[in-house]
Amino acid sequence: MMFTPRVTQKIAFGVLLAASLVVLLPVGVVVFVILKNGLGAISWEFLTEMPRSGMREGGILPAIVGTFCLVTGALLFALPLGLFAAIYLSEYAGDNRLNRVIRLAIVNLAGVPSVVFGLFGLALFVNFFRFGASILSGSLTLGVMILPVIITSSREALESVPKSFREVSLSLGATRLQTIKHAVLPHALPGILTGTILGVGRAAGETAPILFTVAAFYLPKLPTSLFDQAMALPYHLYVLSTQVPNVEAKIRYGTALVLLAIVLLMNLTAIAIRSYFRSRKKW
Amino acid sequence: MDVKIQVQDLSVRFSGVSALKNVTMEIEANKILSVIGPANSGKTTFLKTLNRLNDLVAGVSVSGTVFLDGKDLYKDCDPVLLRRKVGIIFALPLPLPASVFENVVYGLRRQGIRDKKTLATAVEKALRDAYLWDEMKDRLGELALKLSGGQQQRLCIARTLAVNPEVILFDEPCSALDPLSTAKIEEAMLKLKERYTLVLVTNNTKQAARVGDRTAFFLMGELVEMDVTSRIFTAPLDKRTDDYISGKFG
Repeated sequence: MMFTPRVTQKIAFGVLLAASLVVLLPVGVVVFVILKNGLGAISWEFLTEMPRSGMREGGILPAIVGTFCLVTGALLFALPLGLFAAIYLSEYAGDNRLNRVIRLAIVNLAGVPSVVFGLFGLALFVNFFRFGASILSGSLTLGVMILPVIITSSREALESVPKSFREVSLSLGATRLQTIKHAVLPHALPGILTGTILGVGRAAGETAPILFTVAAFYLPKLPTSLFDQAMALPYHLYVLSTQVPNVEAKIRYGTALVLLAIVLLMNLTAIAIRSYFRSRKKW
Repeated sequence: MDVKIQVQDLSVRFSGVSALKNVTMEIEANKILSVIGPANSGKTTFLKTLNRLNDLVAGVSVSGTVFLDGKDLYKDCDPVLLRRKVGIIFALPLPLPASVFENVVYGLRRQGIRDKKTLATAVEKALRDAYLWDEMKDRLGELALKLSGGQQQRLCIARTLAVNPEVILFDEPCSALDPLSTAKIEEAMLKLKERYTLVLVTNNTKQAARVGDRTAFFLMGELVEMDVTSRIFTAPLDKRTDDYISGKFG
């Protein structure tokens, strides 16, 4: 049987729409289930107190603080390094062998499984540099993991700034560095920030890289230095779900909800920043 | 005649493709040189060799010499300092996304000038010279992107003047403008040549004839001929020049 083009068009439209809706489904179900089961656990006490009775009662404050420390540390390490690398790659390096090798390295770095980053962090930061299992080791490991995200998005943002802005700036007697700082970076900033925050979201949620480098199983106190171990939300969630018997479901779901909310909040921030800058620029 | 720029046997290639072939000419100080020719004739390439903006293009190679006041641009000059002496106005006005004031002082700030009084004086002077002061004096804080196309182009001229150049290159400065804005820019150019040396690349032969003291005709990367504007437009020596200005091709 043959369909008329009109009917074919309708069928194609239906298939494409269905495919798009299927994407929504898992996200919707995950968020729904976590909200439904976890919302009951959220209370002031849950967010601000130490865990008690082998993590079966009390709050998750040290895990929230630990995740916050790790993410901040990863960012402090990866943002400047990634941004400088991106600037070098897009503004200075020509299409030479070194540049191609670096690009290849970045692609490979992005493809490395996170558990390998964990082992890498264990070998390099924990053992070789003798940082021990500490916030420093964990932050650096997470930082290395999000480097490719930051470099790639920053480079794309820099390269999307029209060449004419560079020409104008140089033609007015600015040096190349001044041109990058005053005529290119301001335009690339929203893209750089978006990529960075997406990277941060990933750092906040990963378990494997912190498993061997920082995460404490049960440590009911707040970290006081860079060389302290710390709890972190993703690992805490893993522990609650598999290692500790008889944990109330709502505590597990509550932990998942807090983690989800933090990551979601970061992504929303990225979107808000991007749309704010988009509304201001025009060329 | 007072020679400002001397070009000798200048050739430019982009990744092996020839864009400019063996151009030799002299550009007079305090005059306007019109450069005409069809698309792809090397006009803009020629212009951009004069302040080394071609350096930015990957795969460019320049041979021959260009002297500015007797100094070899490609040997004895720092391109950054050179571009302060040789400014350029592009075809599309491209104000930076900042205020009118900040656009004008962009070049000065990059030279490290911070004194507010110096900057304010420079802004007023540059805007007056670009015939923009009366329209802009109460709008200095406004975003430059809100100005009309003609105002933006005059702002770009003011921005270049603020750096205090000696030579100003115009790369089809009116191609995106209406006749009235065009007239204002031409008026500004005629005034500016008292203090600056101007080179105007244009697709508009009438504009070349209106403002140019001398006119150079480029075709396929070669300088076909160059002479006093009235001579080029009334009695060109080369048949190809005649064909172009009488509109047989182009």
